[in-house]
Amino acid sequence: MSTTVMLAQLLKGMVVTAEIFFLTLIFSLPLGLFISFGRMSKNSIVKGISKIYISIMRGTPLMLQLIVVYFAPFYVFGLKISNYRFPAIIIAFALNYAAYFAEIYRAGIESIPVGQYEAARVLGYNKVQTFCRIILPQVIKRILPPVTNETITLVKDTSLAFVLAHAEMFTMAKQIAAKETSIVPLMVAGVFYYLFNLIVAWGMERLEKAMNYYR
Amino acid sequence: MAQNSKVLLQINHMRKCFDDVEVIKDISLSVREGEVVSVIGPSGSGKSTLLRCATMLETMDAGELIYLDENAAWEENGKCVYASKAKLREIHKNFGLVFQNFNLFPHYSVMKNIIDAPVIVEGISKKEAKERAEKLLAQLGLSDKADAYPYQLSGGQQQRVSIARALALQPKILFFDEPTSALDPELTGEVLKVIRELAKEHMTMIIVTHEMQFARELSDRIIFMEQGVIQAEGTPDEIFSSSNQRVREFIGKFQS
Repeated sequence: MSTTVMLAQLLKGMVVTAEIFFLTLIFSLPLGLFISFGRMSKNSIVKGISKIYISIMRGTPLMLQLIVVYFAPFYVFGLKISNYRFPAIIIAFALNYAAYFAEIYRAGIESIPVGQYEAARVLGYNKVQTFCRIILPQVIKRILPPVTNETITLVKDTSLAFVLAHAEMFTMAKQIAAKETSIVPLMVAGVFYYLFNLIVAWGMERLEKAMNYYR
Repeated sequence: MAQNSKVLLQINHMRKCFDDVEVIKDISLSVREGEVVSVIGPSGSGKSTLLRCATMLETMDAGELIYLDENAAWEENGKCVYASKAKLREIHKNFGLVFQNFNLFPHYSVMKNIIDAPVIVEGISKKEAKERAEKLLAQLGLSDKADAYPYQLSGGQQQRVSIARALALQPKILFFDEPTSALDPELTGEVLKVIRELAKEHMTMIIVTHEMQFARELSDRIIFMEQGVIQAEGTPDEIFSSSNQRVREFIGKFQS
């Protein structure tokens, strides 16, 4: 196999990796916010369920979660869903990352001084206005560093999709490496992951700088 | 102050407990339009709690709270009941509160801090809100700070912005919770000056303060609180020449 063919295949895998990455973020970031609300709820049932959810998602391997999400519909419920492989990957990733994001949101929300809520309340803001206009913008600034951490981890975690034999970059690299009995494809994949993360880190740094107009 | 002017705020038999500690024990108080009332007393006497209950940041355990003849809270079967959310929203418009720690919104510029509530809550146009804000900033000597962010301002400037923010909603009563306690003496002066000017314009104000001299010169009435009750109440002259032992001791400490 020529180098160009290998690179082309890995790049194709890279596109799939990027798909998993972006779709996971799109779903898990808002979902995490809802779970953090549940986690902070005054209703002890809602709070308990959220805690258990977070505990399981963080306490079991993502690889196992991928397998469960993919196979459970058939083996547990007898459902046959066509073209389920890719959705299963996104669902598992989103559910898992939402648990981590929920705890990051919670830390951010709880770090906002109570005076901000009180000022908003006395000025007549309702709860939604207070959260969206006063609290959330400040939370986002505060949680950017831990979110960057998670995001970088996610880039690398996408490789776990290989357990469902989906054609993302790591799966491709392993297949080529086995066929060619060469470690080079894996090394190249490593470089691609690294470059991807350089871009992610650069983007997040830009975002942090953009939020630096206030302290 | 005219004794026949309108009563803006009426508190009857307010009680408030935190856990098992009764912080406010049966306090009644009325404030008339144009009056400046200072609340003094040692730390832990319940002054701030009184203010927080009056501004509904805390819910009282018993008593009545009435703003301009509108009941915000009353007693029913021995329990304190608050008015509906919609009603309370209306009642809220009557007063503003200036915090000890300013509590400005750090992610908003000075201008945005001032115009956001009028636009969002009151629903006036951005243009009108801006005009209002510019007037206030000029009045408080902050015209050149409209585009600054709170972290770029001194404590005194931040407190003046928070006063402007409260005034932008055109409240009938303005509460101050130790407005200068977080400031050094130099910055304290510039904030007191603003409050003095508001008093001249007959703004109705209730001020919890440790600035005795200021309370004396500015207030129409001083309330001395201790252990959750009003120990003494009267004109500054009455309070400063009070025969009440505790009042004398407390004021004495500040005059030495």
